[in-house]
Amino acid sequence: MNAILLSAIWGIIMMFSGIVTKSKTVIRNTAVIGLALLLIGNYADMMGYHLANIEVHKMLYFDTFGLLGNSIAFASTLLLVLLSGRDMEKVGHNLAEYYALIFFVLCGVSLVTTFNSLLMLFLGIEIISIPLYILTGSEKKNLKSNEAALKYFLMGSFSTGLMLLGIAFLYGASPLGSFAVDELWTPKPSVSPLLLSGILLLLISMSFKVSAAPFHFWTPDVYDGAPTVFTSFMATIVKVSIFIGFIRLFDEGFGQGAAQWQIFVAIITAATLFIGNITAVFQQSVKRMLAYSSIAQAGFMLLGLLSLTGIAKQGIILYAAAYSLATIGIFAILLRMKDYTFEGFNGLAKQQPVLAATCTIFLLSLAGIPLTGGFFAKYYMLMSVVSTGKFIWLVIFAVLCAAVSAYYYFRVIQAMYFKDGDGGTEAEPSAGFKGLLVLLAVLIVVLGVFPQVLLHQLTEWIYTW
Amino acid sequence: MIPFLLIVIPLVTGLAGFFLKNAGTARGWSLMSSLVTLVIALWSLTLAKDSPLLHTDVAWLPDLGSRFSVGMDGLSTILSLLTAVCFPLIFIATWRDSYRGRAWNFYALMLLSQAGLMGVFLATDALLFYFFWELALIPVYFLCSQWGGERRIAVTFKFFVYTFVGSLLMLIGLLWIYSKTPDHSFSMKSFYAMRSVISSKDQVWLFWLLFIAFAIKMPIWPLHTWQPDTYEQSPNATTMVLSAIMVKMGLFGVIRWLAPVLPVGTWAWGDTVSGACIIGMIYASLVAIKQDDLKRLIAYSSIAHVGLMCLAIFATTESAMQGVMIQMFNHGINILGMWIVADLIERQTGTRKISQLGGLAQKAPVLAILLVVVALANVALPLTNAFIGEFLLFSGVFTSTATQYSVVFTVVAGLSIILAAVYTLNMIQRVFYGDTNTLTAQVTDIKFNEKVVLVAIVGLILFVGVYPKPMLDLTKETAEFILTKMNYKL
Repeated sequence: MNAILLSAIWGIIMMFSGIVTKSKTVIRNTAVIGLALLLIGNYADMMGYHLANIEVHKMLYFDTFGLLGNSIAFASTLLLVLLSGRDMEKVGHNLAEYYALIFFVLCGVSLVTTFNSLLMLFLGIEIISIPLYILTGSEKKNLKSNEAALKYFLMGSFSTGLMLLGIAFLYGASPLGSFAVDELWTPKPSVSPLLLSGILLLLISMSFKVSAAPFHFWTPDVYDGAPTVFTSFMATIVKVSIFIGFIRLFDEGFGQGAAQWQIFVAIITAATLFIGNITAVFQQSVKRMLAYSSIAQAGFMLLGLLSLTGIAKQGIILYAAAYSLATIGIFAILLRMKDYTFEGFNGLAKQQPVLAATCTIFLLSLAGIPLTGGFFAKYYMLMSVVSTGKFIWLVIFAVLCAAVSAYYYFRVIQAMYFKDGDGGTEAEPSAGFKGLLVLLAVLIVVLGVFPQVLLHQLTEWIYTW
Repeated sequence: MIPFLLIVIPLVTGLAGFFLKNAGTARGWSLMSSLVTLVIALWSLTLAKDSPLLHTDVAWLPDLGSRFSVGMDGLSTILSLLTAVCFPLIFIATWRDSYRGRAWNFYALMLLSQAGLMGVFLATDALLFYFFWELALIPVYFLCSQWGGERRIAVTFKFFVYTFVGSLLMLIGLLWIYSKTPDHSFSMKSFYAMRSVISSKDQVWLFWLLFIAFAIKMPIWPLHTWQPDTYEQSPNATTMVLSAIMVKMGLFGVIRWLAPVLPVGTWAWGDTVSGACIIGMIYASLVAIKQDDLKRLIAYSSIAHVGLMCLAIFATTESAMQGVMIQMFNHGINILGMWIVADLIERQTGTRKISQLGGLAQKAPVLAILLVVVALANVALPLTNAFIGEFLLFSGVFTSTATQYSVVFTVVAGLSIILAAVYTLNMIQRVFYGDTNTLTAQVTDIKFNEKVVLVAIVGLILFVGVYPKPMLDLTKETAEFILTKMNYKL
């Protein structure tokens, strides 16, 4: 609860901060303080200290899974602002509003990670989406940014419509006439066509939001057109939070009918892995490659949706953390580059050894090499499906796709280390920036050696409404 | 304690090596580190088999049932000894190589790859084994891509993708077996207990998930295509690591993590794999005869030798199993000698083309004598170490009851030994004897550091060839142990 209240309040504070001061540093520091408060507030929530005792009538359910998801989202946003806050100032004049919109997105995130009612899910998704449409188009004078925003808005509203229709179907099919996800199957479980079509509509609309194939077509254009800082935000924090909601919905709500919809998830997973990885191979721009790579990574996360075991839930938390940290790091480096193509990275290792070394660790993590968090993230996902004993073909397909992904991740490493060129950054990065990158890399390695530091919390703290 | 040190010393010194920022210091530093590792590996030989110093077992990932558990039996002792012996020899042999740009990075990465290799050979936990399996690869990827020949980037990437696909498939196999263990543990003991639990039907397909990874690493025909290119394009020191030590990872993997865990699968596919092995042996030997490039010749000769060792594993007899363990060590030493000689010739004459060389024996008599011993070991002449190994291999394959084709396999494999004599002696003749030409006229005899290394190698070859008893004693118990595990009924 703390997170929802704090993020909404701080969003309003950020809006008005633009009137009070014109100093960019003050605005940025206010945002950093707000994010730190959010993180602390959410942690306090996990420990059992609440700002206010509000009766939520079982519409929200604050368990460790959701709250841990929040923590990852807030911590990632904090790192993003610390690393790339300066780049946000270059996007346009309305810095305070950008931060306000980010806080509103985080409010939506905290709803999506802890919802227990389909209405809350819908609210959360909408609160996330609408600020994102604005952020995508925030580079007002850039045609590509405008196009991306319009495209995102049209496709996004369409998928929201599907989601509403699905929720209506589910409401009609639920014997108790309830929106609560854990009451869909009471008193007696039965799969009516109405229920199944409701589930499928929700599957489609959620797949759209996490850019799973074949509902991914908006992703490359939107990620490419949006200002790079906000692409980084969308591709990491927003995506993994919606994933946590996705898993929550299907686990709590539709888990009992898994036999009916699992095959659809399997097909979507296979398609996402295939399309994401194969298309990423052919990209010339690192930014666009990262857009496709985010689709490919979503394919791996979908494996957790397929199995829905305890391992899968732990895995999605770990995946969220490892993937967000690595992607934020790469985007932060990309933002400083003169040239966004692969050639732009040629010879970076000679000019910026720290940037190249940390970038290598991020890329190795995305590729899933041991000693990085990305390995255990993939490990949990594969393990969750293997342990169910079904869909072994999909697991094998997934690792073959992971091998393909090594191709485009290593292309960046090859450019940085083995090719000569004058690839470099626009300006000399500050020591603080480098220090933060090293911190990110260390975090990723820690997750890769001792993943329990993050996961043991899942088993230790259980807090309910 | 000892296995832990064997992994940690190269790891820590390697990481520290990145910060040395001076080529000379880094070279000395890595030689020191590898010598310390060698001393510790030798120390382990003096201990009793049940000494607590030979094992380390600490909690690592309790939720996943994986422990940081490393230990030494005959098999891991002999391979960690090989690793420990090879690295100082490689560092001394390539002492004068200069690595453009950041030489300290080169030495640091070499030490990291040593740590990875040690971990692979010493791990007694499947997940830990997988960890090190991948970790050994990453430094090598950087070494080859950064300091290799002209086509290094593409070639190394092919190598990387091959092995990465293999290891990911292996990961699925390991996860599948793990998910069936009653105590949810990755430990070697739990895995070995699964050999009679996993149904024959499952063993048959699981076998390939694991075996492909090992077959790529060895490499076995038809998965060998990465190897000659990679050996040719890698920097010399890395080629030595790859061929002397890294190919043993594949053989080791089969002996430790495949045959005792999936005995039915191993038996069911034994003939298929053996067939691929002998096809590969003959094919590689024939290609080697036609090679004009020294490095490629040695690369193909290595495929033939490794094929024989793999063939012997599937024979499932005691002498074959012991032969494989001993021959892994011997092959590592011998091929290291071959590479050092090839490296010397290339450095002095600037070419690797056999057709452009000739008459080196007149100019470099010491080199010629040492090379002849190494080459004779390569064709397994009596009194050399390889004779001991290959004799055991052949007698093991011949007496095998696991296959009905044991006679065919022995005869065809024997043919490859004859072919080995053809290409090896042919190479010596054309490179070392005959008339000198303009290229070879200014060759001088080998320098002190190279002499030290080659004398050490020749000494090892003759020592093991004349007095193999310590080796046989070391491997006997482990070979028997593995064989009882390969019998799924026990």
